[in-house]
Amino acid sequence: MTVEFRKDIFANERNDDFDQIGHARIRQDIEGHVRGRSPFYDDHQFEGLLHVRCVRSPHHHARIRAINASAAEAMPDVVRLIWPGDIPKNMNTLLSLIDFGRDDEPLLAERKVSYVGEPVLAIVATSVLAAQKAVESVVVDWEVLPHVLDVEEALKPNAPVVNDEYPNNCFDYHDRYDHQKLRFGDVKEAFSQADHIVEAEYQMSPIEQAPVETCGAIAAPETNGRIVCYTSTQALFFSIGVTGKLLELPSSRLHFIGGTVGGGFGGKVDSQHEPFAVLGAMLTGRPVKYMWDRAEEMQYGAPRSGERWRIRDGAMRDGRIIARSFTGFFDAGAYTRLTSYGVQKCTGHLPGPYTIPNVASNIFCVYTNRTPSTAMRGFGITGVDFAIECQMDRVAEAVGMDPIELRILNAYRDGDMKAHRRPAKNCALIECCQVAAQKSEWRLSPAAISRSSIEGGGEGWRAEIPETVVDGEGGIGNRKRQWQDTEPLSGTGIRRRVPVGTSTDHPATGNAPQHEDMVAEVARLGFKIDAGHSVQRPSLSEPSEGLRHRHANAETSFGRALGAGPSLPSGYDRTRPPASPGPARSSPPANEPIPAHSRHERDKSEKPFQRGVKRPGVSPFISGTRRR
Amino acid sequence: MMKKTPVTFTLNGRPTAAFADPGENLLDFLRRGVGDMTPKYGCGQGTCGACTVLIDNEPHLACITLAESAADREIRTADCLSDGPSLDPLQNSFIEHFAAQCGYCTPGMLMAARALLERNPNPRREEVIDAIAGNICRCTGYEPIVDAILDASRSYRRSAI
Ligand code: FES
Ligand code: FES
Repeated sequence: MTVEFRKDIFANERNDDFDQIGHARIRQDIEGHVRGRSPFYDDHQFEGLLHVRCVRSPHHHARIRAINASAAEAMPDVVRLIWPGDIPKNMNTLLSLIDFGRDDEPLLAERKVSYVGEPVLAIVATSVLAAQKAVESVVVDWEVLPHVLDVEEALKPNAPVVNDEYPNNCFDYHDRYDHQKLRFGDVKEAFSQADHIVEAEYQMSPIEQAPVETCGAIAAPETNGRIVCYTSTQALFFSIGVTGKLLELPSSRLHFIGGTVGGGFGGKVDSQHEPFAVLGAMLTGRPVKYMWDRAEEMQYGAPRSGERWRIRDGAMRDGRIIARSFTGFFDAGAYTRLTSYGVQKCTGHLPGPYTIPNVASNIFCVYTNRTPSTAMRGFGITGVDFAIECQMDRVAEAVGMDPIELRILNAYRDGDMKAHRRPAKNCALIECCQVAAQKSEWRLSPAAISRSSIEGGGEGWRAEIPETVVDGEGGIGNRKRQWQDTEPLSGTGIRRRVPVGTSTDHPATGNAPQHEDMVAEVARLGFKIDAGHSVQRPSLSEPSEGLRHRHANAETSFGRALGAGPSLPSGYDRTRPPASPGPARSSPPANEPIPAHSRHERDKSEKPFQRGVKRPGVSPFISGTRRR
Repeated sequence: MMKKTPVTFTLNGRPTAAFADPGENLLDFLRRGVGDMTPKYGCGQGTCGACTVLIDNEPHLACITLAESAADREIRTADCLSDGPSLDPLQNSFIEHFAAQCGYCTPGMLMAARALLERNPNPRREEVIDAIAGNICRCTGYEPIVDAILDASRSYRRSAI
């Protein structure tokens, strides 16, 4: 069997003779391991090393009224306290380094905490014990706030706002979409034709990476104006970038040394330690270590997110799965870290390795008052795979078919069209199933044994892919109608929220039509759609002109408000448009849509592209039309 | 500030002396006070085995052993295994069987295995599993480690003859 490889990457650095496969090769670093001499970060010794411990929140969600650290300050072994104000730019999100998401997490919480263990004050002392004693002496006056720990509870309109940067308790994709969507074919139609409908719910717990070496970093001033930092990081350049950003230091001053990681599994990408160690070294002029003990690692180290899934399959009597829809909720915890990206990976992975002509998914990245979640061994993929494979067994049961044969029948073959509109290549699931059956002495029918991944792909029923239901722009997203600004934290007003998948009746946006499946989901989740607010499905093909223009107006007013509107409270000056149109509202001529290119020009000239935030643009969202 | 205690002991065959902080555990003492970085910190609560050292030929968890209790004892760490460029059969066997990935648990594993093979150079598989039951490895999986120890036991038997 010939295997096709990407030839465009590293083509001339590689020969495809595969003469290494099947031969044991010695790891280049293993001699250091068996001698116990591989240089883990904690193996670097420094004279006069100081240690960091943090004062942490005992509450899921609380406002910080006051912190009294005078007892700690008076302790002889305490060298320095690090307050939020000592951090030059105390707000970050990991993926801001690649322009994905808004800064939402402080290194030290200043006004409120959103999960148990969130640090509010760091103490640098001459020993771990002294630092711990100092931590225990700190008295924090907490105002406990209501919290939410369940992903679906968090999406309800009256749920407490976990993360002020995302007041809807869900990550905003491209600053506009409250979830990630995949549409391929027409699931609604296909469900109506299916012989069997199989529906089930699955749930995965968060998983701690639990490396044997706990996370940490040691930093020390060098004699050339740089700071050296030995770190357990899995992602050295992430760590440099995050540290440089939070401390407003050019990376040329950061001499980071990593590369020997005592087990990572995704848990060592979050760069939580290096900024404390480096800042501590700068503030004290001495070497500083910040190392988690085992309890901290397990409790405060970011795990893989918990996930909840609802999967609905439409299957035919002969075992073909003709439709599959997903509703998924990823628990990001209190801050984004990498779960927003996990959701994207997940969307790219659906519907699993099976040829299904109608696929739909809506996946939410939800904030709850739990430990933030991050990367962990195939995050975004392995969780949903568990759900998908359980679901496959249920489908097999429903149609009365052998579960392995069901997989062989539906598995991708070379040439099949995937739900992302790329042809499947180098498929091997059928062969894997055959080998697994053989090894476990599981009897397969002759037909299943004779199937092959390289035969029949993209032919016959496998080639029949219905048109995909899209909106008027050819997109499939559920656009956010507007931003609902929340009250800043010091205020007492009630926050207004945009119920997920609904729109509110707003002068700037009007009644936004929703796709029916979203409306159904909204109803199922129990969101209230305002009385008198009708959510209607527009007729299939005629675009609603009125709606389009109302959006054009809304955008104009956004543009104005950004330039001249009321200023947002400091610390809250996001580039998010205010909730209501500014007073100086001017309408473009009523019947003249804004040409796309001029919109683009203006976007460029108006500059609110700080921190990778895109301004919501005009979105004439018409659902239900079909792309030809 | 409480007084430091002088502790004299034998480390990997060499007479050694250092000062222990009050209440300091043997792991910190060896790493910070003596500078032998081969025992590792994984939990500090006696659950992972990364800090395993031999005290008078018996495996002990250094993180829950008081530094003072090392006084006049014979302590061995993974550093005792190799002699300059040449490695112990146990170390060679770990290399050949791919019995380490990140290598963080490895020094502790090696010491637990070493204690077993010195006591019993002809262990059954179950006895090997039993000997490393207190050592957590999060990367490699235990099969290659058990294979490596069993394989090494053959060389230990040969050298014993
Ligand atoms: S560090 Fe001693 S058992 Fe884990
Ligand atoms: S090799 Fe990483 S913990 Fe064992």
